[in-house]
Amino acid sequence: MSVSGKSVSGLNVSGTSGPILDVQNLDVVYDTVSGPARAVNNVSFALRPGERLGLIGESGSGKTTMGTALMRLTRAPGRIAGGRVLLDGTDLLTLSPRALRATRLRDIALVPQGAMSALNPVMRLRRQIEDAILAHEPRTTQAQLRDRIAQLLTRVGLNPAVADRYPHELSGGMKQRAVMAIATSLAPKVIVADEPTSALDVVVQRQVMQTLGRLQAGLGAAVVLIGHDMGLIAQFADTVGVMYAGRLVELGPVAAMIGSPRHPYTRLLIDSLPGIDVKRRLAGIPGLPPPLVKLPVGCPFAPRCPLAHDRCRVDLPLSQEVAPGHVVACHLYPDNATLPPLTIKAEVQP
Amino acid sequence: MTPLIELRGVKRTYGAFTALDTLSLSVPDRAATIAIAGESGSGKTTLARILLGFIEPTEGQVFYRGKDIATMSAAEKFTFRREVQPIFQDPFDVFNPFYRIDHVLEMPLYRFGLAKTRAEARPLIEDALSRVGLRPQDTLGRFPHELSGGQRQRIMVARAVLLRPRLIVADEPVSMVDASLRATILDEIRDLNRTLGIAFVYITHDLTTAFQICDDIVVLYQGKVAEAGAVECVIGAPRHPYSQLLVSSIPLPDLSRRWGDDEMQAAPEQGDRPSAGCRFAPRCPHAMDQCWRVDPAHTRPDPDRLIACHLDREGAKLPGADIAQVFQSRNNAAQSMKGTAT
Repeated sequence: MSVSGKSVSGLNVSGTSGPILDVQNLDVVYDTVSGPARAVNNVSFALRPGERLGLIGESGSGKTTMGTALMRLTRAPGRIAGGRVLLDGTDLLTLSPRALRATRLRDIALVPQGAMSALNPVMRLRRQIEDAILAHEPRTTQAQLRDRIAQLLTRVGLNPAVADRYPHELSGGMKQRAVMAIATSLAPKVIVADEPTSALDVVVQRQVMQTLGRLQAGLGAAVVLIGHDMGLIAQFADTVGVMYAGRLVELGPVAAMIGSPRHPYTRLLIDSLPGIDVKRRLAGIPGLPPPLVKLPVGCPFAPRCPLAHDRCRVDLPLSQEVAPGHVVACHLYPDNATLPPLTIKAEVQP
Repeated sequence: MTPLIELRGVKRTYGAFTALDTLSLSVPDRAATIAIAGESGSGKTTLARILLGFIEPTEGQVFYRGKDIATMSAAEKFTFRREVQPIFQDPFDVFNPFYRIDHVLEMPLYRFGLAKTRAEARPLIEDALSRVGLRPQDTLGRFPHELSGGQRQRIMVARAVLLRPRLIVADEPVSMVDASLRATILDEIRDLNRTLGIAFVYITHDLTTAFQICDDIVVLYQGKVAEAGAVECVIGAPRHPYSQLLVSSIPLPDLSRRWGDDEMQAAPEQGDRPSAGCRFAPRCPHAMDQCWRVDPAHTRPDPDRLIACHLDREGAKLPGADIAQVFQSRNNAAQSMKGTAT
């Protein structure tokens, strides 16, 4: 299941046409008292250099677990139960701890959720950026460090003087930019950004996302942007993947995902976003995602799906390509060319 | 008609910092829905806390149904406390983890004398829960950590509704929940407004939800009203450069409306405000000479809109540059259209 037939916005830095990140049949399980919770369930996708993938899903859909697994940062009770994460051809999941440490940040870097808690509150920013660089390039001189830090901060739109401040002296947007400066300090090939703007207001959110976009384009890095807001993902991504109950249920070019989504869940996610053109009844998606320890037989979305039929409650739908680079796991295809209209059972209003 | 709640010349400072600068605002007593929008540091949370009576204004007065809350008798204050209810932003921090949900819902009932025993409280609680789409068997008897973020936030809505308030002040009630759940919770809030006639002040930085659930909006910038009026005007066709910036920053799932790549001036840091002139001038793409010298007064360019901007020269044509008058004229119009609204 690879993405093809789409434009690549960045540069092909590795000089090959193959994927820079190739995730194959990834499984992540949390061992809980009620049994194993399958937070990431047989997920596969590939990213080309410079590509921007947006991964979207509700709380508990496995998107953050996915992001940490890409960095092999999964912690107990979670464990990566299977699959491969090929970064430029090397499987991260089989690397020695030493090789893994060398790879993180240098080749694949994480912009974590909540920049507030990602920075050390008792260290000036400069020390934190130095730590990152020196861990990989211990021979860097003080003068080089100073230049590099100034450059990194300027690149994310911060004044180089910010380096001598403590995190509490920075606003939310500045902290998020500082974290991005650290994440890109070694020019990684892949950046994993987990809801980088979740605590920021709209204007700052837009600025931070534009900064991330410029960084990414400048480095030619691929980005995996994790989020729950289809609007934000649509503004940023080239490719959109939708996760539900640990599975990647649809993946395709952003225009197709917005304009003609094939999975009923994707359609409902888009429809739950209010616009500013006409006032209408706000419609969330009725029901809740299934518990990951007790997944329903068949399609995990069937209990909430307005188009579910008998087969959906029996057979798990497999991913199929419905258009170039557009895959969906839904029994409506290939029988239907497009998604039939959804009729949500209207709740009775007094 | 006496407004439900009215701020007259309210100013709030913290030391040398002015969080809210001489604001007058009135919430009409007829199930109004008003959004207060602005970025971090715009003074919207300070405004919410003043409306709730949690903090007192440094200058100016707050009137609840015609009575100054600073000089209310204990009995009047007691009624005010019951009738004006908050919903807070963070559904994780507001609960005491050691108490079951029942406690959160029963205590206010006992405290305000709406129920004396568990048996009396139970039907009230069940009714409130069902209004926010929760089932008693899923929630009562549980501890907060056993509920999801969305469920917890609905419990807070139910808690507010239980006390049969006239006004609910909701400070970013859905910013911590998922986009799809956001729609559901806001729809429930809008329903409470329609069916129970509860007025809402919705504090947010999310203009799309403000547009969907509110009739009116006040856009604050650094403690001052930049633009106010009907959501169709202010969000649909913003005239203040700051409102325009807010509207253009909304991430819409619409590829024909992608963000431009224009570099924007970052918000100045707190305390870093120009001493004279318009406070938006340092970020404004249209700033003129006088913007740096003279703080623009509020004008009313059309009946449903109030604006503080030198660009809007036609503004002076309409009398009554006062939010109360803008909202009042709208509500009168709405009233005559709806006929008999509750």
